[in-house]
Amino acid sequence: MDREQDLLIGSVIGDEGVLSIEELARACSAEPQWIIELVSVGVLEPQGREISRWRFRATDLTCARRVARLQRDFDASLDAAAVMLDLLDQIEQLRARLKLAGLDVE
Amino acid sequence: MEFKDYYKLLDIDRTATAADIKSAYRKLARKYHPDVSKEPQAEARFKEIGEAYEVLQDPEKRAAYDQLGNRWREGQEFTPPPEWGAGFEFTSDGASEAAAKDYSDFFSTLFGNFSHRGASTRIHGEDHHAKIFITLDDAFHGGTHTITLRSPQVDAQGRVVLRERSLNVQIPKGIHESQHIRLAGQGAPGIKGTTPGDLYLEIHFHPHPLYQVQGRDLSLSLPIAPWEAALGATVKAPTPTGVVEVKIPPGSQSGRKLRLKGRGIPGEPAGDLYLALEVVLPKADTEQAQQIYQAMARELAFNPREALEV
Repeated sequence: MDREQDLLIGSVIGDEGVLSIEELARACSAEPQWIIELVSVGVLEPQGREISRWRFRATDLTCARRVARLQRDFDASLDAAAVMLDLLDQIEQLRARLKLAGLDVE
Repeated sequence: MEFKDYYKLLDIDRTATAADIKSAYRKLARKYHPDVSKEPQAEARFKEIGEAYEVLQDPEKRAAYDQLGNRWREGQEFTPPPEWGAGFEFTSDGASEAAAKDYSDFFSTLFGNFSHRGASTRIHGEDHHAKIFITLDDAFHGGTHTITLRSPQVDAQGRVVLRERSLNVQIPKGIHESQHIRLAGQGAPGIKGTTPGDLYLEIHFHPHPLYQVQGRDLSLSLPIAPWEAALGATVKAPTPTGVVEVKIPPGSQSGRKLRLKGRGIPGEPAGDLYLALEVVLPKADTEQAQQIYQAMARELAFNPREALEV
């Protein structure tokens, strides 16, 4: 295949909101309605007011995909998955701090 | 290809009921789910049990799998018997099609022949996701990265087969952990002429022997001598872009942090590099060194346990 040789240049999904609700939904194999629910429970915090102008950043993509997996793999409700997400975040922050302090837990 | 003993993977008997299978899967899923587990190889184990569950929870697939009987053991070299698949037609929803790329060759060979119910209503091909591990150097200077991906594709006979392909991707300068690179059109092909999906690459760094990374910021433990800490000094410190001279303020203690602004991962704004000072004591392994320590003990009125009131 020719394209194996090509150098692909992508766009960076970073700290600035760039993904629309449709793009984020598609990246999670979900419906836009599900994204609206994630915003209403506070899992996602888009930039922009109206839904059509919502823009999501890298952390939103990571969180949304994680919630999708937790809901799918544990049959968890959105609220339960949101709590799991918060706890996982806290664990990750604690691990990062331990690591910085030179106390590696792994 | 290797035979997969799905019953063994879920640690259940061949006579297990649907409820047994579900509860065995749930238990293992909690243990190995890559989002919650810190077990080594959690992700690989989770895929294996997911694949085992996908087969055993589906009466059609389980019946077909059971037909293989007890002839093979886990990991044994396997070729499907010539009569394989006769009389079975596997149905599948979009979800298992998406998961199929994570499944083994064994699975794809046995169950790859599923139909695409519902797929034609999609406007886009599916988006795909992959993690890539880059070096800190890539983030500082930009670079290129070759990734090899396996993805399910439908062949001329309508079978889903796993194809490997490699992509050369540009890593832009300034990218950092947890950001993504979106490659338009590199996801699943669109069905019946629709737009292909995108490929999202989630960025992770290989651990660096010196620097810890947090977002755009880096931190480094910088060893200093007691007299450098006490009297202040100008010392050399490594940074990812070269050695710099750093002023240690007099009266520094271990754990003091110095910030080198803009010496972290490049960007607008660039990250910072934090140096955590670590006072290292010279060994008292010569007579001269011992004399110096003894002189300090004699001549400095120093009680390190003053705060403990002892």
